[in-house]
Amino acid sequence: MARYILLRILRAMLSVVLVVTFAFVVLRLSGDPALTLMSPEAPAEVIAAFRKSWGLDQPIWRQYLDYFGAIARGDLGISMRDGRPALRMVLERVPATLALTIPAFLLKISVGVPAGILAALHRNSRLDRLLMAGAVAGFTVPSFVLGLVLVLVFAVQLGWLPSGGQEGLRSAILPILTIALGGAGVLARFTRSAMLEVLGQPYMRTAAAKGVPWRVAVWRHALPNAAIPIVTVIGFMVGTLIAGAVVVESVFSWPGVGRLLVVAVSSRDLAVVQCILLMVSLTMVASNLIVDMIYGVLDPRLRGGGGRG
Amino acid sequence: MTAPPKRRTPIPATVLIAMGWIAVVLIVALTAETIRPYGITALDLRARLTPPIGFGGDLRHFLGTDELGRDVLSRLLVSIRVSLLIAFSATAIAAVLGTAMGFLAAHFRGPLEQLVLMLIDFQASIPFLILALAVLAFFGNSLLLFIVLMGLYGWERHARIARGLAIAANAQGYAMAVRQLGAGPLRIYLTHVLPNIAATLIVSATLCFPEVVLLESGLSFLGLGVQPPMTSLGSMVGYGREYITRAPWILLAPSAIVVLTTLSVSMLGDWLRDRLDPTLR
Repeated sequence: MARYILLRILRAMLSVVLVVTFAFVVLRLSGDPALTLMSPEAPAEVIAAFRKSWGLDQPIWRQYLDYFGAIARGDLGISMRDGRPALRMVLERVPATLALTIPAFLLKISVGVPAGILAALHRNSRLDRLLMAGAVAGFTVPSFVLGLVLVLVFAVQLGWLPSGGQEGLRSAILPILTIALGGAGVLARFTRSAMLEVLGQPYMRTAAAKGVPWRVAVWRHALPNAAIPIVTVIGFMVGTLIAGAVVVESVFSWPGVGRLLVVAVSSRDLAVVQCILLMVSLTMVASNLIVDMIYGVLDPRLRGGGGRG
Repeated sequence: MTAPPKRRTPIPATVLIAMGWIAVVLIVALTAETIRPYGITALDLRARLTPPIGFGGDLRHFLGTDELGRDVLSRLLVSIRVSLLIAFSATAIAAVLGTAMGFLAAHFRGPLEQLVLMLIDFQASIPFLILALAVLAFFGNSLLLFIVLMGLYGWERHARIARGLAIAANAQGYAMAVRQLGAGPLRIYLTHVLPNIAATLIVSATLCFPEVVLLESGLSFLGLGVQPPMTSLGSMVGYGREYITRAPWILLAPSAIVVLTTLSVSMLGDWLRDRLDPTLR
Protein backbone atom coordinates (compact mmCIF):
# COMPACT_ATOMS: atom_id res chain seq x y z
CA MET A 1 0.00 0.00 0.00
CA ALA A 2 2.80 2.41 0.91
CA ARG A 3 4.46 1.64 -2.40
CA TYR A 4 1.23 2.30 -4.28
CA ILE A 5 0.75 5.66 -2.57
CA LEU A 6 4.37 6.63 -3.10
CA LEU A 7 4.20 5.78 -6.81
CA ARG A 8 1.04 7.80 -7.26
CA ILE A 9 2.52 10.82 -5.47
CA LEU A 10 5.65 10.59 -7.60
CA ARG A 11 3.57 10.47 -10.75
CA ALA A 12 1.51 13.44 -9.62
CA MET A 13 4.65 15.43 -8.91
CA LEU A 14 6.01 14.51 -12.31
CA SER A 15 2.82 15.79 -13.92
CA VAL A 16 3.19 19.09 -12.08
CA VAL A 17 6.80 19.45 -13.22
CA LEU A 18 5.70 18.70 -16.77
CA VAL A 19 2.95 21.29 -16.68
CA VAL A 20 5.28 23.95 -15.31
CA THR A 21 7.87 23.05 -17.94
CA PHE A 22 5.21 23.22 -20.62
CA ALA A 23 4.16 26.69 -19.46
CA PHE A 24 7.77 27.82 -19.40
CA VAL A 25 8.57 26.44 -22.83
CA VAL A 26 5.51 27.92 -24.54
CA LEU A 27 6.11 31.19 -22.78
CA ARG A 28 9.65 31.39 -24.11
CA LEU A 29 8.83 30.00 -27.56
CA SER A 30 6.07 32.50 -28.08
CA GLY A 31 8.59 35.23 -28.73
CA ASP A 32 10.15 38.03 -26.80
CA PRO A 33 7.52 39.51 -24.48
CA ALA A 34 9.46 42.77 -24.58
CA LEU A 35 8.79 43.06 -28.30
CA THR A 36 5.18 41.90 -28.23
CA LEU A 37 4.27 44.16 -25.37
CA MET A 38 6.20 47.34 -25.96
CA SER A 39 5.45 49.56 -28.88
CA PRO A 40 7.83 49.09 -31.82
CA GLU A 41 9.12 52.63 -31.44
CA ALA A 42 10.20 52.14 -27.82
CA PRO A 43 13.83 53.18 -27.32
CA ALA A 44 16.39 50.40 -26.94
CA GLU A 45 17.26 51.24 -23.34
CA VAL A 46 13.60 51.03 -22.29
CA ILE A 47 13.34 47.59 -23.85
CA ALA A 48 16.57 46.53 -22.14
CA ALA A 49 15.27 47.75 -18.77
CA PHE A 50 12.02 45.87 -19.33
CA ARG A 51 13.89 42.66 -20.17
CA LYS A 52 16.07 43.04 -17.09
CA SER A 53 13.09 43.57 -14.82
CA TRP A 54 11.46 40.39 -16.20
CA GLY A 55 14.71 38.41 -15.90
CA LEU A 56 14.87 37.91 -19.67
CA ASP A 57 18.59 38.74 -19.81
CA GLN A 58 19.53 35.62 -17.82
CA PRO A 59 20.65 32.33 -19.41
CA ILE A 60 17.75 30.02 -20.23
CA TRP A 61 18.45 27.37 -17.54
CA ARG A 62 18.65 30.12 -14.97
CA GLN A 63 15.31 31.48 -16.12
CA TYR A 64 13.85 27.99 -15.87
CA LEU A 65 15.02 27.52 -12.27
CA ASP A 66 13.93 31.02 -11.31
CA TYR A 67 10.57 30.24 -12.83
CA PHE A 68 10.15 27.19 -10.57
CA GLY A 69 11.30 29.24 -7.59
CA ALA A 70 8.84 32.00 -8.31
CA ILE A 71 5.95 29.56 -8.71
CA ALA A 72 6.87 27.82 -5.46
CA ARG A 73 6.68 31.21 -3.73
CA GLY A 74 3.25 31.80 -5.26
CA ASP A 75 4.61 34.55 -7.44
CA LEU A 76 2.86 34.03 -10.75
CA GLY A 77 3.70 37.29 -12.34
CA ILE A 78 1.92 40.58 -12.84
CA SER A 79 -0.93 40.93 -15.28
CA MET A 80 0.53 42.77 -18.21
CA ARG A 81 -2.70 44.66 -18.84
CA ASP A 82 -3.91 45.27 -15.34
CA GLY A 83 -0.66 45.69 -13.43
CA ARG A 84 -1.99 43.60 -10.55
CA PRO A 85 -0.65 40.22 -9.39
CA ALA A 86 -2.11 37.56 -11.72
CA LEU A 87 -2.75 35.14 -8.88
CA ARG A 88 -4.89 37.66 -7.05
CA MET A 89 -6.92 38.43 -10.15
CA VAL A 90 -7.60 34.76 -10.68
CA LEU A 91 -8.41 34.01 -7.05
CA GLU A 92 -10.93 36.86 -7.02
CA ARG A 93 -12.84 35.12 -9.77
CA VAL A 94 -12.86 31.65 -8.21
CA PRO A 95 -15.95 32.15 -5.98
CA ALA A 96 -18.09 33.24 -8.94
CA THR A 97 -17.04 30.16 -10.90
CA LEU A 98 -17.63 27.82 -7.98
CA ALA A 99 -21.07 29.38 -7.51
CA LEU A 100 -21.92 27.88 -10.91
CA THR A 101 -19.91 24.69 -10.99
CA ILE A 102 -20.68 23.31 -7.51
CA PRO A 103 -24.49 23.42 -7.87
CA ALA A 104 -24.11 22.11 -11.42
CA PHE A 105 -21.88 19.31 -10.13
CA LEU A 106 -24.47 18.27 -7.52
CA LEU A 107 -27.24 18.52 -10.08
CA LYS A 108 -25.48 16.36 -12.66
CA ILE A 109 -24.81 13.66 -10.07
CA SER A 110 -28.36 13.66 -8.76
CA VAL A 111 -29.78 13.45 -12.29
CA GLY A 112 -27.13 11.40 -14.09
CA VAL A 113 -26.54 8.56 -11.63
CA PRO A 114 -30.19 7.65 -10.95
CA ALA A 115 -30.97 7.92 -14.67
CA GLY A 116 -28.11 5.53 -15.47
CA ILE A 117 -29.18 3.03 -12.80
CA LEU A 118 -32.78 3.17 -13.97
CA ALA A 119 -31.74 2.62 -17.58
CA ALA A 120 -29.56 -0.36 -16.63
CA LEU A 121 -32.28 -1.99 -14.55
CA HIS A 122 -34.72 -1.68 -17.45
CA ARG A 123 -32.24 -2.55 -20.12
CA ASN A 124 -33.53 -2.30 -23.70
CA SER A 125 -36.91 -1.09 -22.56
CA ARG A 126 -38.50 2.02 -23.94
CA LEU A 127 -37.46 3.89 -20.79
CA ASP A 128 -33.84 2.84 -21.32
CA ARG A 129 -33.88 4.08 -24.91
CA LEU A 130 -35.50 7.34 -23.93
CA LEU A 131 -33.00 7.99 -21.15
CA MET A 132 -30.01 7.12 -23.30
CA ALA A 133 -31.26 9.26 -26.18
CA GLY A 134 -31.51 12.11 -23.70
CA ALA A 135 -28.01 11.37 -22.42
CA VAL A 136 -26.49 11.35 -25.90
CA ALA A 137 -28.30 14.58 -26.72
CA GLY A 138 -27.00 16.04 -23.46
CA PHE A 139 -23.38 15.64 -24.39
CA THR A 140 -23.47 16.07 -28.14
CA VAL A 141 -25.21 19.44 -27.96
CA PRO A 142 -22.40 21.95 -27.46
CA SER A 143 -22.77 23.97 -24.28
CA PHE A 144 -22.90 27.26 -26.14
CA VAL A 145 -25.78 26.06 -28.27
CA LEU A 146 -27.65 24.69 -25.26
CA GLY A 147 -27.00 27.91 -23.34
CA LEU A 148 -28.17 30.12 -26.17
CA VAL A 149 -31.28 28.05 -26.78
CA LEU A 150 -32.13 28.30 -23.07
CA VAL A 151 -31.59 32.07 -23.29
CA LEU A 152 -33.78 32.24 -26.37
CA VAL A 153 -36.60 30.32 -24.69
CA PHE A 154 -36.49 31.46 -21.06
CA ALA A 155 -35.08 34.96 -21.40
CA VAL A 156 -36.09 36.23 -24.82
CA GLN A 157 -39.41 34.46 -25.48
CA LEU A 158 -40.82 33.84 -22.01
CA GLY A 159 -38.93 36.58 -20.17
CA TRP A 160 -38.78 34.49 -16.98
CA LEU A 161 -35.05 34.68 -16.34
CA PRO A 162 -32.25 37.13 -17.12
CA SER A 163 -30.02 36.22 -20.07
CA GLY A 164 -26.77 37.01 -18.33
CA GLY A 165 -25.00 39.16 -15.80
CA GLN A 166 -24.84 38.46 -12.12
CA GLU A 167 -28.10 39.32 -10.44
CA GLY A 168 -27.82 36.64 -7.80
CA LEU A 169 -29.72 33.40 -7.89
CA ARG A 170 -31.99 34.10 -10.83
CA SER A 171 -29.22 34.74 -13.29
CA ALA A 172 -27.33 31.66 -12.11
CA ILE A 173 -30.13 29.24 -12.99
CA LEU A 174 -29.59 29.07 -16.76
CA PRO A 175 -25.78 28.70 -16.63
CA ILE A 176 -26.04 26.02 -13.95
CA LEU A 177 -28.59 24.10 -16.01
CA THR A 178 -26.39 24.38 -19.09
CA ILE A 179 -23.33 22.98 -17.33
CA ALA A 180 -25.29 20.27 -15.54
CA LEU A 181 -27.18 18.84 -18.52
CA GLY A 182 -24.10 17.89 -20.53
CA GLY A 183 -22.35 16.33 -17.52
CA ALA A 184 -25.49 14.45 -16.52
CA GLY A 185 -25.56 12.80 -19.95
CA VAL A 186 -21.98 11.59 -19.66
CA LEU A 187 -22.57 10.34 -16.14
CA ALA A 188 -25.82 8.57 -17.04
CA ARG A 189 -24.15 6.66 -19.84
CA PHE A 190 -21.22 5.72 -17.68
CA THR A 191 -23.42 4.66 -14.76
CA ARG A 192 -25.52 2.51 -17.07
CA SER A 193 -22.56 0.60 -18.44
CA ALA A 194 -21.01 0.19 -14.97
CA MET A 195 -24.33 -1.14 -13.67
CA LEU A 196 -24.80 -3.50 -16.61
CA GLU A 197 -21.36 -4.94 -16.05
CA VAL A 198 -22.10 -5.61 -12.39
CA LEU A 199 -25.56 -7.04 -13.13
CA GLY A 200 -23.96 -9.62 -15.40
CA GLN A 201 -21.56 -10.85 -12.72
CA PRO A 202 -21.82 -14.42 -11.39
CA TYR A 203 -22.49 -13.24 -7.85
CA MET A 204 -25.73 -11.68 -9.03
CA ARG A 205 -26.81 -15.03 -10.42
CA THR A 206 -25.72 -16.70 -7.18
CA ALA A 207 -27.81 -14.24 -5.21
CA ALA A 208 -30.80 -14.96 -7.43
CA ALA A 209 -30.24 -18.70 -7.08
CA LYS A 210 -30.15 -18.39 -3.30
CA GLY A 211 -33.55 -16.80 -3.49
CA VAL A 212 -32.48 -13.27 -2.62
CA PRO A 213 -35.20 -10.95 -3.89
CA TRP A 214 -34.10 -8.95 -6.95
CA ARG A 215 -34.56 -5.62 -5.18
CA VAL A 216 -32.34 -6.70 -2.28
CA ALA A 217 -29.69 -8.11 -4.61
CA VAL A 218 -29.58 -4.82 -6.49
CA TRP A 219 -29.27 -2.78 -3.30
CA ARG A 220 -26.84 -5.04 -1.46
CA HIS A 221 -24.64 -6.40 -4.24
CA ALA A 222 -24.99 -4.49 -7.48
CA LEU A 223 -25.03 -0.88 -6.32
CA PRO A 224 -22.00 -1.04 -3.98
CA ASN A 225 -19.92 -2.70 -6.66
CA ALA A 226 -21.01 -0.38 -9.43
CA ALA A 227 -20.28 2.54 -7.10
CA ILE A 228 -16.51 2.06 -7.40
CA PRO A 229 -16.08 3.15 -11.03
CA ILE A 230 -18.85 5.73 -10.73
CA VAL A 231 -17.21 7.38 -7.73
CA THR A 232 -13.96 7.45 -9.67
CA VAL A 233 -15.52 9.27 -12.60
CA ILE A 234 -17.25 11.72 -10.27
CA GLY A 235 -13.92 12.28 -8.57
CA PHE A 236 -12.30 13.17 -11.86
CA MET A 237 -15.09 15.68 -12.43
CA VAL A 238 -14.03 17.50 -9.25
CA GLY A 239 -10.86 18.51 -11.06
CA THR A 240 -12.87 20.35 -13.68
CA LEU A 241 -14.76 22.53 -11.21
CA ILE A 242 -12.56 25.53 -11.95
CA ALA A 243 -12.07 24.91 -15.65
CA GLY A 244 -15.41 23.42 -16.57
CA ALA A 245 -17.25 26.63 -17.29
CA VAL A 246 -15.07 28.49 -19.79
CA VAL A 247 -17.61 28.49 -22.61
CA VAL A 248 -20.73 28.74 -20.46
CA GLU A 249 -19.39 31.71 -18.51
CA SER A 250 -18.79 33.46 -21.80
CA VAL A 251 -22.29 32.72 -23.04
CA PHE A 252 -23.83 34.24 -19.92
CA SER A 253 -21.16 36.93 -19.36
CA TRP A 254 -20.58 35.45 -15.93
CA PRO A 255 -17.53 37.06 -14.26
CA GLY A 256 -15.70 33.85 -13.35
CA VAL A 257 -12.32 32.29 -14.03
CA GLY A 258 -13.40 31.06 -17.46
CA ARG A 259 -14.45 34.50 -18.64
CA LEU A 260 -11.18 35.92 -17.31
CA LEU A 261 -9.28 33.26 -19.23
CA VAL A 262 -11.03 34.04 -22.50
CA VAL A 263 -10.42 37.76 -22.11
CA ALA A 264 -6.80 37.14 -21.11
CA VAL A 265 -6.25 34.90 -24.14
CA SER A 266 -7.68 37.39 -26.58
CA SER A 267 -5.64 40.24 -25.11
CA ARG A 268 -2.60 37.95 -24.75
CA ASP A 269 -2.22 38.65 -21.06
CA LEU A 270 0.26 35.84 -20.61
CA ALA A 271 0.73 36.06 -16.84
CA VAL A 272 -2.98 35.54 -16.23
CA VAL A 273 -3.20 32.73 -18.78
CA GLN A 274 -0.29 30.82 -17.30
CA CYS A 275 -1.63 31.39 -13.78
CA ILE A 276 -4.97 29.81 -14.75
CA LEU A 277 -3.22 27.01 -16.63
CA LEU A 278 -1.11 26.15 -13.59
CA MET A 279 -3.97 26.43 -11.16
CA VAL A 280 -6.28 24.26 -13.23
CA SER A 281 -3.64 21.59 -13.74
CA LEU A 282 -2.73 21.60 -10.05
CA THR A 283 -6.38 21.06 -9.10
CA MET A 284 -6.68 18.32 -11.71
CA VAL A 285 -3.53 16.55 -10.57
CA ALA A 286 -4.45 16.87 -6.91
CA SER A 287 -7.98 15.59 -7.38
CA ASN A 288 -6.79 12.73 -9.59
CA LEU A 289 -4.31 11.80 -6.88
CA ILE A 290 -7.02 11.79 -4.24
CA VAL A 291 -9.28 9.71 -6.48
CA ASP A 292 -6.45 7.24 -7.05
CA MET A 293 -5.96 6.93 -3.29
CA ILE A 294 -9.66 6.41 -2.63
CA TYR A 295 -9.75 3.89 -5.45
CA GLY A 296 -6.83 2.03 -3.88
CA VAL A 297 -8.74 1.84 -0.61
CA LEU A 298 -12.03 0.82 -2.25
CA ASP A 299 -10.58 -1.76 -4.59
CA PRO A 300 -7.89 -3.89 -3.01
CA ARG A 301 -7.05 -5.51 -6.36
CA LEU A 302 -5.23 -2.36 -7.41
CA ARG A 303 -2.87 -2.35 -4.45
CA GLY A 304 -1.45 -5.78 -5.21
CA GLY A 305 1.18 -6.34 -7.87
CA GLY A 306 2.17 -2.69 -7.94
CA GLY A 307 3.56 -2.31 -11.42
CA ARG A 308 0.52 -3.56 -13.23
CA GLY A 309 -1.65 -0.50 -12.59
CA MET B 1 -18.88 -24.42 -52.45
CA THR B 2 -20.67 -21.46 -51.05
CA ALA B 3 -19.73 -19.82 -47.83
CA PRO B 4 -22.32 -20.19 -45.09
CA PRO B 5 -24.67 -17.21 -45.25
CA LYS B 6 -23.55 -14.54 -42.85
CA ARG B 7 -26.22 -13.53 -40.43
CA ARG B 8 -26.57 -9.83 -40.85
CA THR B 9 -28.45 -7.74 -38.40
CA PRO B 10 -30.18 -4.94 -40.26
CA ILE B 11 -28.77 -1.46 -39.73
CA PRO B 12 -31.05 0.40 -37.31
CA ALA B 13 -33.12 3.18 -38.85
CA THR B 14 -31.54 5.83 -36.65
CA VAL B 15 -28.07 4.87 -37.85
CA LEU B 16 -29.28 4.98 -41.45
CA ILE B 17 -30.63 8.47 -40.92
CA ALA B 18 -27.35 9.47 -39.29
CA MET B 19 -25.42 8.10 -42.26
CA GLY B 20 -27.71 9.98 -44.63
CA TRP B 21 -27.11 13.22 -42.77
CA ILE B 22 -23.35 12.68 -42.77
CA ALA B 23 -23.48 12.08 -46.54
CA VAL B 24 -25.42 15.31 -47.08
CA VAL B 25 -22.98 17.29 -44.95
CA LEU B 26 -20.02 15.78 -46.78
CA ILE B 27 -21.48 16.65 -50.17
CA VAL B 28 -22.14 20.20 -48.98
CA ALA B 29 -18.60 20.48 -47.67
CA LEU B 30 -17.14 19.33 -50.97
CA THR B 31 -19.32 21.51 -53.18
CA ALA B 32 -19.83 24.54 -50.92
CA GLU B 33 -17.88 26.91 -53.13
CA THR B 34 -20.01 26.08 -56.20
CA ILE B 35 -23.46 25.75 -54.66
CA ARG B 36 -23.39 28.81 -52.43
CA PRO B 37 -25.72 31.43 -53.92
CA TYR B 38 -23.64 34.43 -52.82
CA GLY B 39 -20.11 35.16 -51.68
CA ILE B 40 -19.64 34.91 -47.92
CA THR B 41 -18.63 38.54 -47.67
CA ALA B 42 -21.06 39.86 -50.28
CA LEU B 43 -23.12 42.60 -48.67
CA ASP B 44 -26.76 43.27 -49.50
CA LEU B 45 -27.30 46.39 -47.45
CA ARG B 46 -30.92 46.81 -48.54
CA ALA B 47 -31.77 43.38 -47.18
CA ARG B 48 -30.13 43.55 -43.77
CA LEU B 49 -31.54 41.21 -41.11
CA THR B 50 -34.04 39.65 -43.52
CA PRO B 51 -35.76 36.69 -41.83
CA PRO B 52 -35.67 33.24 -43.45
CA ILE B 53 -38.29 32.17 -45.94
CA GLY B 54 -41.52 31.34 -44.16
CA PHE B 55 -40.86 33.92 -41.48
CA GLY B 56 -41.30 36.94 -43.67
CA GLY B 57 -38.31 36.46 -45.92
CA ASP B 58 -38.21 35.69 -49.63
CA LEU B 59 -36.48 33.30 -51.99
CA ARG B 60 -33.48 35.53 -52.56
CA HIS B 61 -32.17 34.82 -49.07
CA PHE B 62 -33.50 31.40 -48.19
CA LEU B 63 -32.20 31.42 -44.61
CA GLY B 64 -32.26 35.17 -44.20
CA THR B 65 -29.40 37.61 -43.84
CA ASP B 66 -27.31 39.02 -41.03
CA GLU B 67 -26.66 42.53 -39.76
CA LEU B 68 -24.49 43.36 -42.79
CA GLY B 69 -26.88 41.80 -45.25
CA ARG B 70 -24.70 38.77 -45.85
CA ASP B 71 -26.59 35.66 -46.97
CA VAL B 72 -26.89 33.21 -44.05
CA LEU B 73 -27.28 30.17 -46.32
CA SER B 74 -24.07 30.93 -48.23
CA ARG B 75 -22.16 31.51 -45.03
CA LEU B 76 -23.62 28.34 -43.57
CA LEU B 77 -22.50 26.21 -46.53
CA VAL B 78 -18.98 27.59 -46.41
CA SER B 79 -18.91 27.22 -42.61
CA ILE B 80 -19.77 23.55 -42.94
CA ARG B 81 -16.85 23.19 -45.31
CA VAL B 82 -14.40 24.97 -43.02
CA SER B 83 -15.54 23.20 -39.85
CA LEU B 84 -15.45 19.78 -41.48
CA LEU B 85 -12.07 20.46 -43.05
CA ILE B 86 -10.64 21.34 -39.64
CA ALA B 87 -12.31 18.42 -37.91
CA PHE B 88 -11.20 15.89 -40.53
CA SER B 89 -7.62 17.12 -40.68
CA ALA B 90 -7.40 17.27 -36.90
CA THR B 91 -8.84 13.79 -36.44
CA ALA B 92 -6.46 12.42 -39.07
CA ILE B 93 -3.46 14.10 -37.45
CA ALA B 94 -4.43 12.78 -34.03
CA ALA B 95 -4.96 9.25 -35.35
CA VAL B 96 -1.65 9.14 -37.24
CA LEU B 97 0.31 10.77 -34.43
CA GLY B 98 -1.28 8.61 -31.75
CA THR B 99 -0.81 5.38 -33.69
CA ALA B 100 2.81 6.23 -34.43
CA MET B 101 3.51 7.00 -30.78
CA GLY B 102 1.75 3.82 -29.71
CA PHE B 103 3.80 1.74 -32.17
CA LEU B 104 7.03 3.42 -31.07
CA ALA B 105 6.23 2.63 -27.46
CA ALA B 106 5.31 -0.95 -28.30
CA HIS B 107 8.40 -1.51 -30.40
CA PHE B 108 11.14 0.03 -28.30
CA ARG B 109 9.69 -0.50 -24.82
CA GLY B 110 12.09 0.72 -22.12
CA PRO B 111 12.72 4.43 -21.61
CA LEU B 112 11.03 5.51 -24.86
CA GLU B 113 7.86 3.73 -23.81
CA GLN B 114 8.01 5.42 -20.43
CA LEU B 115 8.38 8.78 -22.16
CA VAL B 116 5.33 8.14 -24.33
CA LEU B 117 3.35 7.01 -21.31
CA MET B 118 4.41 10.15 -19.48
CA LEU B 119 3.23 12.33 -22.36
CA ILE B 120 -0.06 10.44 -22.40
CA ASP B 121 -0.49 11.09 -18.67
CA PHE B 122 0.37 14.74 -19.17
CA GLN B 123 -2.14 15.18 -21.95
CA ALA B 124 -4.81 13.41 -19.97
CA SER B 125 -4.19 15.44 -16.83
CA ILE B 126 -5.08 18.87 -18.22
CA PRO B 127 -8.42 19.75 -19.79
CA PHE B 128 -7.62 20.13 -23.47
CA LEU B 129 -9.62 23.33 -23.81
CA ILE B 130 -7.37 25.07 -21.26
CA LEU B 131 -4.25 23.76 -22.97
CA ALA B 132 -5.50 24.92 -26.36
CA LEU B 133 -6.39 28.35 -25.00
CA ALA B 134 -2.93 28.69 -23.46
CA VAL B 135 -1.23 27.82 -26.75
CA LEU B 136 -3.45 30.26 -28.65
CA ALA B 137 -2.66 32.99 -26.12
CA PHE B 138 1.06 32.41 -26.42
CA PHE B 139 1.32 31.95 -30.16
CA GLY B 140 -1.53 33.95 -31.58
CA ASN B 141 -3.73 32.36 -34.18
CA SER B 142 -3.49 31.15 -37.73
CA LEU B 143 -5.55 28.52 -39.52
CA LEU B 144 -2.60 26.15 -39.80
CA LEU B 145 -1.64 26.44 -36.13
CA PHE B 146 -5.28 26.00 -35.22
CA ILE B 147 -5.60 22.76 -37.23
CA VAL B 148 -2.37 21.38 -35.79
CA LEU B 149 -3.52 22.29 -32.31
CA MET B 150 -6.84 20.54 -32.82
CA GLY B 151 -4.83 17.60 -34.15
CA LEU B 152 -3.31 17.17 -30.73
CA TYR B 153 -6.74 16.44 -29.33
CA GLY B 154 -7.27 12.80 -28.54
CA TRP B 155 -3.92 11.49 -29.79
CA GLU B 156 -3.32 9.98 -26.37
CA ARG B 157 -6.36 7.75 -26.70
CA HIS B 158 -5.21 6.40 -30.06
CA ALA B 159 -1.70 5.98 -28.65
CA ARG B 160 -2.94 3.97 -25.71
CA ILE B 161 -5.03 1.71 -27.93
CA ALA B 162 -2.32 1.30 -30.59
CA ARG B 163 0.34 0.48 -28.00
CA GLY B 164 -1.80 -2.15 -26.31
CA LEU B 165 -2.86 -3.77 -29.56
CA ALA B 166 0.64 -3.69 -31.07
CA ILE B 167 2.14 -5.35 -28.00
CA ALA B 168 -0.51 -8.05 -28.26
CA ALA B 169 0.03 -8.41 -32.02
CA ASN B 170 3.79 -8.73 -31.61
CA ALA B 171 3.25 -11.82 -29.54
CA GLN B 172 1.03 -13.41 -32.18
CA GLY B 173 2.08 -15.91 -34.77
CA TYR B 174 1.71 -13.75 -37.86
CA ALA B 175 3.94 -10.93 -36.62
CA MET B 176 6.56 -13.41 -35.47
CA ALA B 177 6.39 -15.26 -38.78
CA VAL B 178 7.05 -12.17 -40.91
CA ARG B 179 9.80 -11.15 -38.50
CA GLN B 180 11.42 -14.55 -38.98
CA LEU B 181 11.18 -14.03 -42.72
CA GLY B 182 13.32 -10.95 -42.30
CA ALA B 183 10.80 -8.14 -42.56
CA GLY B 184 11.91 -4.88 -41.00
CA PRO B 185 9.92 -3.26 -38.18
CA LEU B 186 8.42 -0.61 -40.47
CA ARG B 187 7.10 -3.28 -42.80
CA ILE B 188 5.76 -5.39 -39.95
CA TYR B 189 3.92 -2.50 -38.35
CA LEU B 190 2.58 -0.84 -41.47
CA THR B 191 1.63 -3.79 -43.66
CA HIS B 192 0.87 -6.46 -41.08
CA VAL B 193 0.00 -5.07 -37.67
CA LEU B 194 -1.82 -1.92 -38.80
CA PRO B 195 -4.43 -3.65 -41.00
CA ASN B 196 -5.18 -6.03 -38.18
CA ILE B 197 -5.90 -3.34 -35.64
CA ALA B 198 -7.31 -0.73 -38.04
CA ALA B 199 -10.93 -1.46 -37.15
CA THR B 200 -10.40 -0.50 -33.55
CA LEU B 201 -8.46 2.62 -34.48
CA ILE B 202 -11.14 3.71 -36.94
CA VAL B 203 -13.79 3.33 -34.28
CA SER B 204 -11.75 5.34 -31.85
CA ALA B 205 -11.23 8.06 -34.46
CA THR B 206 -14.96 8.12 -35.21
CA LEU B 207 -15.67 8.61 -31.53
CA CYS B 208 -13.10 11.43 -31.43
CA PHE B 209 -14.45 13.29 -34.44
CA PRO B 210 -17.57 14.82 -32.84
CA GLU B 211 -15.50 15.96 -29.89
CA VAL B 212 -13.17 17.80 -32.25
CA VAL B 213 -16.16 19.45 -33.92
CA LEU B 214 -17.40 20.56 -30.51
CA LEU B 215 -13.97 21.84 -29.54
CA GLU B 216 -13.44 23.74 -32.78
CA SER B 217 -16.89 25.29 -32.69
CA GLY B 218 -16.48 26.16 -29.01
CA LEU B 219 -13.18 27.96 -29.60
CA SER B 220 -14.49 29.69 -32.71
CA PHE B 221 -17.60 30.68 -30.78
CA LEU B 222 -15.34 32.36 -28.21
CA GLY B 223 -13.68 34.22 -31.08
CA LEU B 224 -10.42 32.37 -30.52
CA GLY B 225 -10.63 29.81 -33.31
CA VAL B 226 -11.36 30.48 -36.96
CA GLN B 227 -10.88 34.20 -37.58
CA PRO B 228 -12.88 36.49 -39.88
CA PRO B 229 -13.23 36.95 -42.81
CA MET B 230 -13.22 33.15 -42.78
CA THR B 231 -16.23 31.61 -41.12
CA SER B 232 -16.99 28.37 -39.33
CA LEU B 233 -20.09 26.99 -37.64
CA GLY B 234 -18.88 28.09 -34.21
CA SER B 235 -17.93 31.58 -35.27
CA MET B 236 -21.31 32.02 -36.96
CA VAL B 237 -23.00 31.16 -33.67
CA GLY B 238 -20.66 33.54 -31.85
CA TYR B 239 -21.51 36.33 -34.26
CA GLY B 240 -25.22 35.55 -34.19
CA ARG B 241 -25.25 35.72 -30.42
CA GLU B 242 -25.16 39.52 -30.59
CA TYR B 243 -28.44 39.44 -32.51
CA ILE B 244 -30.18 36.74 -30.52
CA THR B 245 -33.22 38.88 -29.80
CA ARG B 246 -33.59 40.52 -33.20
CA ALA B 247 -32.36 37.84 -35.57
CA PRO B 248 -32.19 34.42 -33.89
CA TRP B 249 -31.96 32.68 -37.31
CA ILE B 250 -28.32 33.74 -37.65
CA LEU B 251 -27.30 31.48 -34.79
CA LEU B 252 -30.02 28.83 -35.00
CA ALA B 253 -29.04 27.55 -38.45
CA PRO B 254 -25.37 26.81 -37.64
CA SER B 255 -26.32 25.51 -34.17
CA ALA B 256 -28.67 22.99 -35.72
CA ILE B 257 -25.96 21.82 -38.14
CA VAL B 258 -23.41 21.35 -35.33
CA VAL B 259 -25.87 19.41 -33.21
CA LEU B 260 -27.12 17.17 -36.03
CA THR B 261 -23.59 16.45 -37.23
CA THR B 262 -22.07 15.60 -33.86
CA LEU B 263 -25.12 13.55 -32.99
CA SER B 264 -24.98 11.63 -36.28
CA VAL B 265 -21.27 10.89 -36.09
CA SER B 266 -21.45 9.74 -32.49
CA MET B 267 -24.41 7.51 -33.27
CA LEU B 268 -22.48 6.04 -36.18
CA GLY B 269 -19.43 5.65 -33.93
CA ASP B 270 -21.40 3.86 -31.23
CA TRP B 271 -22.91 1.51 -33.75
CA LEU B 272 -19.54 0.81 -35.40
CA ARG B 273 -18.03 0.14 -32.00
CA ASP B 274 -20.72 -2.33 -31.02
CA ARG B 275 -20.39 -4.02 -34.36
CA LEU B 276 -16.67 -4.09 -34.96
CA ASP B 277 -15.20 -4.12 -31.55
CA PRO B 278 -17.25 -4.79 -28.47
CA THR B 279 -14.14 -4.66 -26.27
CA LEU B 280 -13.81 -0.89 -26.67
CA ARG B 281 -16.02 0.66 -24.08
